[in-house]
Amino acid sequence: MSEASTARVPLHDLHVELGAKIVPFAGYEMPLQYPAGLMTEHLHTRKAAGLFDVSHMGQLRITAKSGDLSDAALALETIIPVDLATLAPHRQRYGFLTNDRGGIMDDLMVANMGGWLFVVVNAACKASDTAHIAAMIGDRVHIERLDDRALLALQGPQAVDVLTPLCPAAASMRFMDAIETDVAGVPCTVTRSGYTGEDGYELGMKASDADTVARALLRDESVLPIGLGARDSLRLEAGLCLYGNDIDETTTPVEGNLVWAMQKARRAGGAREGGYPGAAQIMQQAASGVSRLRVGLAPEGRAPVRAGAKLFADADGQIPAGVVTSGAFGPSINAPVAMGYVDTKHSETGTALFAELRGKFVPVTVSALPFVKPGFKR
Amino acid sequence: MSTTYYTKSHEWVRLDGDIATVGITAHAADELGELVFVEAKDEGTEIGQGEPAAVVESVKAASDIYAPIAGAIAGFNAKLSEEPNLIGQDPEGEGWIFKLKVGDSSQLEGLLDEAAYKASL
Repeated sequence: MSEASTARVPLHDLHVELGAKIVPFAGYEMPLQYPAGLMTEHLHTRKAAGLFDVSHMGQLRITAKSGDLSDAALALETIIPVDLATLAPHRQRYGFLTNDRGGIMDDLMVANMGGWLFVVVNAACKASDTAHIAAMIGDRVHIERLDDRALLALQGPQAVDVLTPLCPAAASMRFMDAIETDVAGVPCTVTRSGYTGEDGYELGMKASDADTVARALLRDESVLPIGLGARDSLRLEAGLCLYGNDIDETTTPVEGNLVWAMQKARRAGGAREGGYPGAAQIMQQAASGVSRLRVGLAPEGRAPVRAGAKLFADADGQIPAGVVTSGAFGPSINAPVAMGYVDTKHSETGTALFAELRGKFVPVTVSALPFVKPGFKR
Repeated sequence: MSTTYYTKSHEWVRLDGDIATVGITAHAADELGELVFVEAKDEGTEIGQGEPAAVVESVKAASDIYAPIAGAIAGFNAKLSEEPNLIGQDPEGEGWIFKLKVGDSSQLEGLLDEAAYKASL
């Protein structure tokens, strides 16, 4: 990607002022880390609070052409295999767009904001997602890309204490609640969710208001700015997928171990079963099983096993067993962590496998996800 | 104390008899950030000039460390197994990474001296 094609996020000047190391990511100049460093940023988020700029992500406002929001939810159900029809006002849910083969085109969050649906998608997919949604259900919904808005995530066990003085409604929200309210006097979308495995919030606001909100949050001494580097290690420890690495158009929700996100109403025998692209493949896989599954992997020793490393069932690397899709050192568990796809026969927790690392074969154990206990306020 | 030579890929090397000690520069250590794992190739492995001889890993990425001159691996700084961040704390001293047994020290002449390395940054 050329330099010329990278865009700046609304808080670019603040990131520079805070000393961020800026890197191109998904077409944006994004803060990779701040002077505190990735390790400190990661650990601080787990024990206090971290502020992330995720304004590169796509924010969509979807409304029903009929004026009845339930029509928009039902229309989205024809392209997203989760229960959106019963998603109550001011509640949010994880989901994904599927293609005709049952592969995942993107993973996303959908919130019922009362009069509209608030959809947050991955930065790299936002143009293709918007085009896909318009092509599939454009006759039933209005889709507005909220490109003039910023998105901040405040994550960590002290997030509630930081946000409440600036936003009194924050304290009584539960995990996956979604409201519109003021933060530091600025109108915001506020969801009690995030992508770190910690309690926390995501705040959406006009781009021109982002600096006001960010500075108000950073004024609290328990808040550190956190870059994309720590965001990646935090989500990996939390067992959460990075789209493009751990799930993509060639992996189905069944292979990706994401069937939990498909509520009963949308599964075989449910009130609104199927009716989305790839439903036949996904329901067939859910019923009769798949040949590979996404699992957590705990490498032995201290050496991280990275994305792309091949997995074997034997210590000599003769029997292929799968591939690593994300791998890093997990600062909170002080050990390497990874996830990847393995042949289903090797997918049981506790299975001993071997990862190829610089010509050697390192023992790895199939592990339950997440690696850290979630801090969600359910 | 013998002369320290530098590479464009940010290693330093110091020759004492036929044993060269190799590490990474303060500039490289600063760029890499906190390290979580360091490993050199097995003792006795013959390494050509400019070939990978060791690896340092941060949370996010692995980086190869290249042999500034040809030689056979003749030792690894075992303290780094417990404290990889010695490299960040004292990159050109306690944070040395590996030693090479060198046959031909003339390759040193093609490397940078301290002034030339600093000018290259």
